[in-house]
Amino acid sequence: MKSTQITIEEASSLAERPLLEIRDLDVSFKTGSGEFNAVSGAHLTIMQGETVAIVGESGSGKSTTALAAIGLLPPNGRVSRGQILLDGEDIAHVHERRMIELRGNTIGMVPQDPMSNLNPVWKIGYQVKETLRANGKPDGPADVAKALAEAGLPDSARRAKQYPHEFSGGMRQRALIAIGLSCQPRLLIADEPTSALDVTVQRQILDHLETMTSELGTSVLLITHDLGLAAERADRVVVMYRGNVVESGPSLELLRNPQHPYTKRLVASAPSLASRRIQVAKERGIESEELLAPSEAVVEKHLPADVLQVENLTKVFKLRSGLGRGTDFTAVDDVSFSVQRGTTTAIVGESGSGKSTVAQMVLSLLAPTSGRIVFDGVDTSTLTPKQLFAFRRRVQPIFQDPYGSLDPMYNIYRTIEEPLRTHKIGDRTTREIKVRELLDQVALPQSTMQRYPNELSGGQRQRVAVARALALDPEVIICDEAVSALDVLVQAQVLNLLAELQSNLGLTYLFITHDLAVVRQIADHVCVMEKGKLVETGTTDDVFESPEMDYTKALLNAIPGGKLMLPPEVA
Amino acid sequence: MKSNRQIEHFVAPVDETPLLPTDTLRVEAAPLSLWADAWRKLRRRPLFIISSVMILLIITVALFPGLFTQTPPNQNCLLANSEAGPTAGHPLGFTFQGCDVYSRIIHGTQASLSTGVLSVLCVLVIGVTFGALAGYYGGWIDAVLARLGDIFFALPILLGALVITQLPFFRENKSVWTVVLVISMLAWPQMARITRGAVIEVRHADFVTAARALGVSKFGALARHVLPNAIAPVIVLATLELGVFIVLEATLSFLGVGMPESIMSWGHDISAAQTSIRTNPMILIYPAIALSVTVLSFIMLGDAVRDALDPKSRQR
Repeated sequence: MKSTQITIEEASSLAERPLLEIRDLDVSFKTGSGEFNAVSGAHLTIMQGETVAIVGESGSGKSTTALAAIGLLPPNGRVSRGQILLDGEDIAHVHERRMIELRGNTIGMVPQDPMSNLNPVWKIGYQVKETLRANGKPDGPADVAKALAEAGLPDSARRAKQYPHEFSGGMRQRALIAIGLSCQPRLLIADEPTSALDVTVQRQILDHLETMTSELGTSVLLITHDLGLAAERADRVVVMYRGNVVESGPSLELLRNPQHPYTKRLVASAPSLASRRIQVAKERGIESEELLAPSEAVVEKHLPADVLQVENLTKVFKLRSGLGRGTDFTAVDDVSFSVQRGTTTAIVGESGSGKSTVAQMVLSLLAPTSGRIVFDGVDTSTLTPKQLFAFRRRVQPIFQDPYGSLDPMYNIYRTIEEPLRTHKIGDRTTREIKVRELLDQVALPQSTMQRYPNELSGGQRQRVAVARALALDPEVIICDEAVSALDVLVQAQVLNLLAELQSNLGLTYLFITHDLAVVRQIADHVCVMEKGKLVETGTTDDVFESPEMDYTKALLNAIPGGKLMLPPEVA
Repeated sequence: MKSNRQIEHFVAPVDETPLLPTDTLRVEAAPLSLWADAWRKLRRRPLFIISSVMILLIITVALFPGLFTQTPPNQNCLLANSEAGPTAGHPLGFTFQGCDVYSRIIHGTQASLSTGVLSVLCVLVIGVTFGALAGYYGGWIDAVLARLGDIFFALPILLGALVITQLPFFRENKSVWTVVLVISMLAWPQMARITRGAVIEVRHADFVTAARALGVSKFGALARHVLPNAIAPVIVLATLELGVFIVLEATLSFLGVGMPESIMSWGHDISAAQTSIRTNPMILIYPAIALSVTVLSFIMLGDAVRDALDPKSRQR
């Protein structure tokens, strides 16, 4: 009797003691302008075998908290207050030697970017071996192959002899997971492990990670900006905002019953949880019949309903493979679709599906190999240079990378004014008035004019890009992954802005994206592309509710958090 | 292994982290362009301050030698003073020909500096044009210009200069311009290569595509977007090369194939001082110091500018 009691007590005390406990953690950074707290008063608890997710926008301190836990803060950062208890031992201020002992063995890490976190000059197998050896584990070729096989790399003995550049993004991430888990750590820190990957690959990797860690009983600290993904994968979710933990709790509870206003905001704008299109007009109280009827301008001018028609579009690239020889690569294969005026058509596909090539051809930046693009009744390939110049006024792009799409040498005023100047519209004064109007339209203060792109956040830059695209009063805007690089809240903000501009200005969008969740929010029609071919088209509702092709189904299933049941008032 | 463990639902008090509007613009800092940012970094660097003070001084000397010495460098040379030490009014003594060393150094600055500056300007014009065209348009333009550059690149610069200056045209028309011409003929490929690389890096940037989609012509995009973004490494190289070219001019003059005898040049002075090296080595050392200090100033400036323009240190 007595002995069983003790074991129960022991067991319960074991279960009670968290594997990682962070108490009142402050992390401060020294910068040129003094010391500031990146994390203040953070606290979180991870039990053995539990998965905890930290959710927050960039700059919220989520990665800093995780880096503090593994003792890898940048040289100008330090833990200025609080404790990090790993299995009862405070590791916030222990000697570097002890941290080296713990890393790999007790705490493993899967870094964010699979493209830059493998050393390109060493074979994959060597990099796994290095980790095993550093932690005193057997490191023969068989052990390396086993570690890689466990991370889900098929044919791992051969793969171990390959270099990182021979791997795809998903395979690299598997290799990194193999490295992270090779020494069977008790805690695995995964910092945005799949944000650089296609959704279907993301799902596979996360599924695999989940199986592996639950087999080994490893605890996982998952860092992500995607609340849907966090809720789906974690037992417990910690929401961080401006360096503070604002809310934490069981993931579903947090999702269904968010308390803190920031969490509410996150839940409301998480794209993966949204289930319908942003309706600007309705919110403003305009009757829906008016919305459905074609707007007056369209009726008056008798413009064709299809502003853009793409017919049998094909693009073949010649790949050079040695002297004189060349192989053909068909990036876009016989694609046809049409875009109705005033609506949003989304082209969805994973990387390499040819969707961006379609966008380039629609913009007349790339000549199609065969097929036609008809804009407003005119084949764009027959345009004279002068007509092409006029066409540019009517079709404008917004690109993915908010850091790359604005010239760093141009201030915001010059950036937005450039299209006006190029097309010789107005004089100095009228152009300045127009720029001010445009900034108002994208909800940026007029004082932004004198600033340079490097001073703005990603979302602000993207809004500048929107303003530049709008400067010429275009009819069609091609958004190439326009919101993919943004935090969810900022993404929602930009999507709302785009929807609002559409209803105010009657814009037509061609929206290129890999993210079906975003499609649901913004698009009326969807074209799904796979390997250069169009596999499914239809209205957004039809495609989401009854997808016909397996590929579309796979894409839909891969939306993180898509299957979580939410009360309708939240979703 | 999902346990039945209870997880408490924690909510921080709202007033601890009040909610800000999403993505607000920070307006406290002053707007900064690349150049303003670089300037802000530069003016705090001792390396930059020292080198720019030195360069300003050198430029003043070159423009107004009369401010620093009243002694004419070539007239009033008395053989009686040959290799004599410093006397009142002649702080650095006299050359073998009995001319004032200090005055010759002061008057020689102009030749060195103007050769350096003019050569760099020529190299910039040729190198940037060729490099930008090659990098931006690619294809056969790139192939032709790259091979042309390789031909000049393969010539050792000093050997090439010696050969070219022996051509009758150069031998008969010795002047600052022939030296500049020789240097720029041989030195442009390096500038072209650097420009080409920088242009290739920028030409596929989204902002270039965006400008093209706005209706900016292909060449317009090169001039207005690609070049301004590729110019930083070019400026760094130009500052460094300025020093190198000054040395090159001195070397050519030392070897007797550079400046004509009528133009005062440190290279000439060093060459002429060889005869006096045993009796009064200072005659050789003074112009050598002037040359070293000038070159060092430009190289230090180049280093400081490179650090300031380093894209990695740019804030985002």
